[in-house]
Amino acid sequence: MAKINVTQLEAIRARLLEAREQEKTCITVCGGTGCHAYGCLKVAEGFKAEILRQGIEDEVTLRLTGCHGFCERGPIVVIQPEGIFYQRIQMADIPEVVSRTVMQKEIIPRLLYVEPRRKKEIVYERDVPFYKRQKRIVFANNGFLDPTELQDYISLDGYKALSKALFEMTSEEVIEEIKDSGLRGRGGGGFPTGRKWEICRKARSQVKYLICNADEGDPGAYMDRSLLEGNPHSVIEGMIIGAYAIGAQEGYIYVRMEYPLAVENITRAIEQARSIGLLGDSILGSEFNFDIHVFKGAGAFVSGEETSLMASIEGRRAFPRQRPPFPAQEGLWGKPTNINNVETWANIPPIINRGADWYSGIGTQNSKGTKIFSLVGKINNTGLVEVPMGITLKEIITQIGGGIKDGKKFKAVQTGGPSGGCIPADLLDLPIDFDTLTKAGSMMGSGGMIVMDEDTCMVDVARYFLQFTQEESCGKCVPCRVGTREIVDILTRITRGEGVEGDIERLEDLAKTVKAGSLCGLGQTAPNPVLTTIRYFRSEYEDHILHRHCAARACKELTGYYIEPEKCVGCLLCLKSCPVDAIAGERKKLHVIDQDACIKCGACFDVCPPKVSAVSKLTGKKWNRLLKKIAQAKRVAQ
Amino acid sequence: MNGMFKEFGADQRELIHILHHVQAEYGYIPTEAIRNIARHLNISESDVYGVLTFYKAFTLKPRGRHLVTICMGTACHVRGAPRILDEFGRRLGIAPGETSADNEFTLETVNCVGACALGPIAIADGEYHGQLKSSQIENIIQSLTEDTKE
Repeated sequence: MAKINVTQLEAIRARLLEAREQEKTCITVCGGTGCHAYGCLKVAEGFKAEILRQGIEDEVTLRLTGCHGFCERGPIVVIQPEGIFYQRIQMADIPEVVSRTVMQKEIIPRLLYVEPRRKKEIVYERDVPFYKRQKRIVFANNGFLDPTELQDYISLDGYKALSKALFEMTSEEVIEEIKDSGLRGRGGGGFPTGRKWEICRKARSQVKYLICNADEGDPGAYMDRSLLEGNPHSVIEGMIIGAYAIGAQEGYIYVRMEYPLAVENITRAIEQARSIGLLGDSILGSEFNFDIHVFKGAGAFVSGEETSLMASIEGRRAFPRQRPPFPAQEGLWGKPTNINNVETWANIPPIINRGADWYSGIGTQNSKGTKIFSLVGKINNTGLVEVPMGITLKEIITQIGGGIKDGKKFKAVQTGGPSGGCIPADLLDLPIDFDTLTKAGSMMGSGGMIVMDEDTCMVDVARYFLQFTQEESCGKCVPCRVGTREIVDILTRITRGEGVEGDIERLEDLAKTVKAGSLCGLGQTAPNPVLTTIRYFRSEYEDHILHRHCAARACKELTGYYIEPEKCVGCLLCLKSCPVDAIAGERKKLHVIDQDACIKCGACFDVCPPKVSAVSKLTGKKWNRLLKKIAQAKRVAQ
Repeated sequence: MNGMFKEFGADQRELIHILHHVQAEYGYIPTEAIRNIARHLNISESDVYGVLTFYKAFTLKPRGRHLVTICMGTACHVRGAPRILDEFGRRLGIAPGETSADNEFTLETVNCVGACALGPIAIADGEYHGQLKSSQIENIIQSLTEDTKE
């Protein structure tokens, strides 16, 4: 396509809208990575073949869309315009869906989502509780567009905000609008976006850069990937508007290499935008020039820190450096640079389109708008949720998330990734925003929200995170490099039952030193998981140290498996599942685990039928007593 | 190998792009590549070595024929990923990051693949195996081995 100007863009949009309105029925198949793992590509192919087979390609459109967010129930298929929501679609279901639902508008009950508590079947996507409580602004269009089609984005008001910014607003006005909206950086820091832009705007330099931080390294958080994969043009549009406001000519999107589909989709989207003059020289016929490059990261958590990220783009090791000078003053190759996270950029077009007043009407006093959380872990409805700031943790977990998996008891929710902390049950009524989470000892971070139940050991979780940060510490500062290692060593000892009195105090001491003495955000926040778990779950630490007791039965060295004689029915299931042949027994006779040979893999525990549940996991007193008994029996035998 | 860097400029900013390219081409970064890259970019070999060993994407040794990657993200962790990793390691006889002596298998971990609904997850030769139990691991390894025989 040739380069277009702003009038032509509107003409194209009008034409596309008309075509879209004529669409009778559209089958949308969720194409997010979660659904990919479930096999959605095959499902989409299956629909394509079935549509051809029935000869209805003129009546039905098929669209492989961005992520719908409800990863738990993938592969997800939604039939538009009605919004009929089918979940866990298998290849065998496809002919029936096409003949009955697509052609006759008949509902197939077995494919519907069943609300677990009330056992109620739900027909329409909008009525599913998972979506009902959300407020989708950034994610609004993910389910309606094919991320590989620029036309889909344009038909859904795409690049309208860009036209408005370029032709109706000055750079200063754009910055004012963003400032008034109250938008704060979604990457974790929460710095006011408009102010950041203003500082960079005022920096004196011919050359300025703009960066989109898509190095989403927090384990358990994947909203940025979902945006890049599912609606890449919204990020690009936000970046162009930002570049116009700041006066930057060149931009970079730094994407994690672990996200191949995101790299592919954003690269394609940039090429599409460039091909019609949305990127490059005189964008949409204006006097503004700007272009974007994709930089594929190489696997280093610390490169999510802004100064490290810039070092990485420059082709060096991702070492952070002292601030000031801030990137807005001296950034990439020494030039003023503005860096924002993916979700922040995706918030820009709706703010410009609908105005700062509308946006600042959502959220709490100091945290405006919505935030996307990835709700994962021991939760019924795993997925990406976009909620207004100020919603309580309880609403997210029980109403959107559908409560804890397998009817277990909630223990804690971890927010903010390795820099965040664990929040206990009695703080569930906390309205979440940037400030309340920080006050609770955790942080918003990029929005990971990992739910933990009674089977999660808080000492083990702390050890997990510290091991993570220790491995990812770049090694530049001693407190972070050595301190995190020391903390991991102590935590590992405790989880092995080798903790000693005074360990908790030593941990607190070390944590304070690492926090105070590290240069970048990684080290300054790394001890948070330890500090919050000690603050809220001190008794678990004490149990490990004093009684070799792991209440969650998660620490391998403190637990073991035992077959209860009065419950075992002798079905051979566990015996057959044991990879090291550590279980002795015969059909209809009691099975016994040889504790010396057992590697505690838990296979026997997994396969023992719930009705029987003869295999139990022991810890603390019970386990220690059993081990003593076995040792005694051995001595007697000798 | 000399022609390989033609499409890249002679500036340090190209280093990570070049390393990605070599890694994709060879499956690892051969020693002579380090020398050639250094020459092309007019930087020292130790600079190239420093950068490539800093990032996890680059390896100095080739990987095995089959690659098993275990997600160690937080969601997978609380759902039992360590047990899954242990069991793969035990059955393959290698520790995470290692390649078996016959060059058949490499076992790796990844911080998060962002498919948390399916945790714990193993990715075996690009195929996702979700909601894994340790009792399923034997079959996964076997199917990989059978692929080789075919």
